[in-house]
Amino acid sequence: MKDISLHLLDIIRNSTAAGARNIKVQILADINEDELRIIIEDDGIGMDNELLERVTNPFTTTRTTRKIGMGIPLLKASAEMSSGELKIDSVKGKGTVVCATFKISHIDRPPLGDIASTMTGLIAAEPEIEFILNLNSDNGSFKFDTTEIKEKLGGVPINEIEVVYWIREFIEEGIKSIFGGVLDEIDS
Amino acid sequence: MKSIAELEEIRKRTLEQIGLRENNEKMRIVVGMATCGIAAGARPVMNTFLEELKKRNINNVSVTMTGCIGICRLEPIVEVIEPDGSKVTYVKMNPEKAARVVAEHIVNGRVCIDYTIGAEEKNK
Ligand SMILES: Nc1ncnc2c1ncn2[C@@H]1O[C@H](COP(=O)(O)OP(=O)(O)O)[C@@H](O)[C@H]1O
Ligand SMILES: [Mg+2]
Repeated sequence: MKDISLHLLDIIRNSTAAGARNIKVQILADINEDELRIIIEDDGIGMDNELLERVTNPFTTTRTTRKIGMGIPLLKASAEMSSGELKIDSVKGKGTVVCATFKISHIDRPPLGDIASTMTGLIAAEPEIEFILNLNSDNGSFKFDTTEIKEKLGGVPINEIEVVYWIREFIEEGIKSIFGGVLDEIDS
Repeated sequence: MKSIAELEEIRKRTLEQIGLRENNEKMRIVVGMATCGIAAGARPVMNTFLEELKKRNINNVSVTMTGCIGICRLEPIVEVIEPDGSKVTYVKMNPEKAARVVAEHIVNGRVCIDYTIGAEEKNK
């Protein structure tokens, strides 16, 4: 994957595939700790311990009762290559929390990429799912919540193209104001 | 700065439009958005579909995602599904091809044969 926003899209697709109705994404940059943290939380079907072990270590786990995907291992590799790590907590029947960290200044850290496109693509495709996006850094914080947007929209579907474009610009502005000057790739 | 209050304007404007629309069933554009598709460039393809539909003011077409169709080497894969269920599968898509699919297939009903999975398999 070229950038973090593409990993994010791939990981959130796991949540939608797991039947999640609510998906919360947090992107937190801590300059003092030199750490970028991405957290994806869902209320999908979750995983038992055996599956969880298998998805994070597909090459060291011997049991191969079914085909294993590459999405989680790729994110794990990306995080570890930039002195970060991947952690997954999951409870079967309750949901899953995926947390990836990256060292901000690391030369191999993937750029953030187009977070707004990732979110609007998902919202256009899955208008029934509620998405929350939280951004945080020393610059301040930003919150986007589809529940709030839907309230304002009354009877207008959230996946109306004009609405999707408004959301894209809204999130782009949020990214700029929270990560501008904090992450090298985002202009302040 | 954008403000949530702008949504009120969009709501008013769009509600009027929705009222005027013919109630025909939606055509669907489905983009393969699993790991293999995303890595091959499916997201910009989906963006292009959304952009082209917006540019042309087409609102009876939905753009959604699906999982892995099982032929990773042909990603990005896009299916165009008519209201009657008939389906055209386009392979090895990119933004330029997506724009052409909107102009020819979605607008004029002419399938872009050379992008279809059938044409691809014949070329092998
Ligand atoms: N959020 C989640 N909720 C439930 N199961 C998940 C979640 N994320 C991953 N999984 C499980 O882990 C498997 C591997 O995920 P991944 O590495 O992304 O590959 P793939 O999605 O191609 O199967 C999934 O098929 C699914 O069974
Ligand atoms: Mg996956």
